[in-house]
Amino acid sequence: MPHNVNTLNDAELSVAVLVSVGRHPLTGRARRADHDARAVEMALSLGDASVQLMHAGDGGEACGDAMRGYLGMGISRVKRINQDPDADVVPALANILRFAAPQLVLTGTRAETGEGSGLVPYLLAETLGWTVVSGLAEIESIEQGVATVLQALPRGKRRRLKVRLPAIATVDSSAPAARQSAFGPARRGELADCACASVTDELQTQWRVQPARKRPKRLKIVKSASARDRFKAAAAKADSGGGQLLNDVTPEQGAEAIFTLLKEEGVLR
Amino acid sequence: MLNTILPILIFTALALAVIGALRRIRLWRQGRPAPVNLFKGLAALPRRYLVDLHHVVARDKMISNTHVATAGGFVAAAVLMILVHGLGIASPLLGGLLLLASASMFVGSLFVARRRINPPARLSKGPWMRLPKSLMAFSVSVFLITLPTVGLLPEGLLEGSTSWFLVVVLVGLVAWGLGEMFFGMTWGGPMKHAFAGALHLAFHRRPERFSTKKGGGGRSTGLKALNLEDETAPLGVEKPADFTWNQLLGFDACVQCGRCEAACPALAAGQPLNPKKLIQDMVVGMAGGSDANYAGTPYPGKPVGEHHGTPHGPIVAPAALPEGASLVDAETLWSCTTCRACVEECPMMIEHVDAIVDMRRHLTLERGKTPNKGAEVLDNLIATDNLGGFDPGSRLNWAADLNLPRMADLQQVDVLLWLGDGSFDMRNQRTLRALVKVLRAAEVDFAVLGDEERDSGDVARRLGDEATFQSLAKRNIATLSKYRFQQIVTCDPHSFHVLGNEYGELGGVYEVRHHSTFIAELYDAGRLTFSPWKGGSVTYHDPCYLGRYNGEFEAPRNVLKALGIELKEMERSGSRSRCCGGGGGAPITDIPGKQRIPDMRMNDVKESGAELVAVGCPQCTAMLEGVVDTSAEVRDIAELVADALVERPAGEASGASRQPAATPTAEEVIV
Ligand code: SF4
Ligand code: SF4
Repeated sequence: MPHNVNTLNDAELSVAVLVSVGRHPLTGRARRADHDARAVEMALSLGDASVQLMHAGDGGEACGDAMRGYLGMGISRVKRINQDPDADVVPALANILRFAAPQLVLTGTRAETGEGSGLVPYLLAETLGWTVVSGLAEIESIEQGVATVLQALPRGKRRRLKVRLPAIATVDSSAPAARQSAFGPARRGELADCACASVTDELQTQWRVQPARKRPKRLKIVKSASARDRFKAAAAKADSGGGQLLNDVTPEQGAEAIFTLLKEEGVLR
Repeated sequence: MLNTILPILIFTALALAVIGALRRIRLWRQGRPAPVNLFKGLAALPRRYLVDLHHVVARDKMISNTHVATAGGFVAAAVLMILVHGLGIASPLLGGLLLLASASMFVGSLFVARRRINPPARLSKGPWMRLPKSLMAFSVSVFLITLPTVGLLPEGLLEGSTSWFLVVVLVGLVAWGLGEMFFGMTWGGPMKHAFAGALHLAFHRRPERFSTKKGGGGRSTGLKALNLEDETAPLGVEKPADFTWNQLLGFDACVQCGRCEAACPALAAGQPLNPKKLIQDMVVGMAGGSDANYAGTPYPGKPVGEHHGTPHGPIVAPAALPEGASLVDAETLWSCTTCRACVEECPMMIEHVDAIVDMRRHLTLERGKTPNKGAEVLDNLIATDNLGGFDPGSRLNWAADLNLPRMADLQQVDVLLWLGDGSFDMRNQRTLRALVKVLRAAEVDFAVLGDEERDSGDVARRLGDEATFQSLAKRNIATLSKYRFQQIVTCDPHSFHVLGNEYGELGGVYEVRHHSTFIAELYDAGRLTFSPWKGGSVTYHDPCYLGRYNGEFEAPRNVLKALGIELKEMERSGSRSRCCGGGGGAPITDIPGKQRIPDMRMNDVKESGAELVAVGCPQCTAMLEGVVDTSAEVRDIAELVADALVERPAGEASGASRQPAATPTAEEVIV
């Protein structure tokens, strides 16, 4: 590990944000990705932390447009690691992170383009041996190399966690919305290109990509006579009645439980 | 004795005035360069002053007469005084003229004084309250010292040793008068308006607004484009020195008459904006200092004396500083509906809206601080080319059953029907359907762009996002250049204004008509027949972007007349129409006030006693219809026309006979 995290104070806090090329759901135009932009917002709200934006990708025209979207938030430069279109970006990102050695890496939960599996933070954490936290809603404080964060749980619940740095954290739509991207800073900001050997994603080359179909929604069956009941049913949150909380189980038991659930739901046949 | 003192006094005052003028000019020159033809401007000055300015002033006959007497008297008296008393050319003729001039000025100053006895709230107080006295001091003293010149008083009267008291009083009065009129004119007294005002008229940033001997004197309402290619040019106005020098000069010309504030809907609604104060704040910023000396109506809810600025300091405090630590608060700038009522009223022809949008440009383009829904709307425009973030492919969904002809299929038509972003609004869709029905009844050869149309960029531009505006505009212009048409017709005055007045600078020049104008023409050509009006009483609300922006007050009224409607005009109508509150992105930035602008407008409607208010703008329809508990119905002119349509008897010749008349013009365009 590169730092002695215990001696760090806020002033020296360095944060890296991994940003990707977003895509507007209706028009498909390139834009800053919503979750990644929220990650940038969270980094910028950390007061005097030094914030570095990084992007690994093929550097196409869409990439330029999207990166300008992040620069417009008042960022002076984005480090852009140029990769072949079919490259796996994890090795390149891991490399650069090891070299830049930030204490905290923030990124969106999943990309809006490409594979969008949401696995990059986990793979990076695994490669670097850092902690990974998902669904950050807020960073409360960072002291002595330990971050106190609020993690978003379903239905607005929050869980306070203490995370030893360095760590990778993902941000989703429960984090504060990103600030407006302004034209002036976007135009002035610098796209600092740097090359890094591409590692071809062999698996992906064998995939066939096709547009997603709209997934059918499960309809709620409302059996009620009065308008009041129907209203209540409509306003009620999606209820996951038959949940099961598993504490202190072995990974095998956990996997077994998930497997059973997926079968019940008909996801696995 | 007087003969020695007077020249000294006069030439000292003149010298001080020149020094003051140079200092003032230095203040203006802090601004950025602007392309102005100095010589032509100065040559046009007398006409601009005597014709155009007085045209505005004369809306208040009393004031205009007062001003002619006082100002005319003063200018003549000043020149003659320099000749007679300064240079000692004591001819009885000049002396007589000087007596006349100073008498006229005195009479004028009496009226000025009378207005100051119980001044309306819109007038500034402070130093302005002493102005009538100064005017009197000047005119009376000049009159008195001139009496001996024409022999009306024995020469010796003021020479004798007993009359020293009289002389001291006279000299005192002359000094007071000269101090206010000569010295104060360039050192920032109330008379500054004459000096700055004259130069402002000469070097106005919109010379097109003024008439020439050949006529003209048109409206010039389109915002000026930012040069986005030049990366060193500032994006809008951050600090007073970012205005062009002639804008700064314009601010300095303000007479604080408060006509603008009396017309401003935002001020009336209790939002933190007062156009007069805003202009004064710009003067404060240009000269450096605090607004503590401002003696007029403040911004509602913002006490005077807490704001201050410098020529090179930010106008709106950056986020790091606490609110109020700068010249103007952002919410003041975002309260404006860009209705142009202030510009229309301003006798000094100051361009408030230009200044407000300039400052908004900085907030949006540099700071990314468009308030409330602003950022979201701009993001929508960037991603989907429409305000609501709707699928651009669904622009024509409302017309699925109408089988509208598309430009892409026809390539060439007489009329391109511009639908505007109202296509996504269910209320406006009713208007559009009505308009289509009317066009079909008149057998107009028209087509729509359909999914190729984008938002005109009106809202983006007025929210300060010039980049998004230009991007939309350029793409719209590229689309329009693919097709041939004689004119664009739209039911949206905002699109009308932008297409007609603002695309030109970017290379798109079109003949654009509002649907009311077009319908009036169709009616005059005998292509529409209406059944008589059977409804109740009707009033008409002039949309700002149709009326004040484009001078179209008559056509909508003519259409309503053709429908057999006798209008009950509201007190504020025509060029003085009160805004509905929907322009300039105001519903998006949504700055709170004490009441809402559309409520006030519907109240105007109520006072007119009308049961229905006819409008010609999707924004107005939405704003006015959004008012709860009103007695009046809101209908677009197109709807009223569509309801009154009478099928013309089949085989009537007029339809066919017009056809050949229209075709050749279509060919002219092709050639
Ligand atoms: S800006 Fe114009 S209308 Fe307003 S107070 Fe000044 S001179 Fe009068
Ligand atoms: S344009 Fe209208 S809202 Fe804006 S300052 Fe002028 S009068 Fe007020």
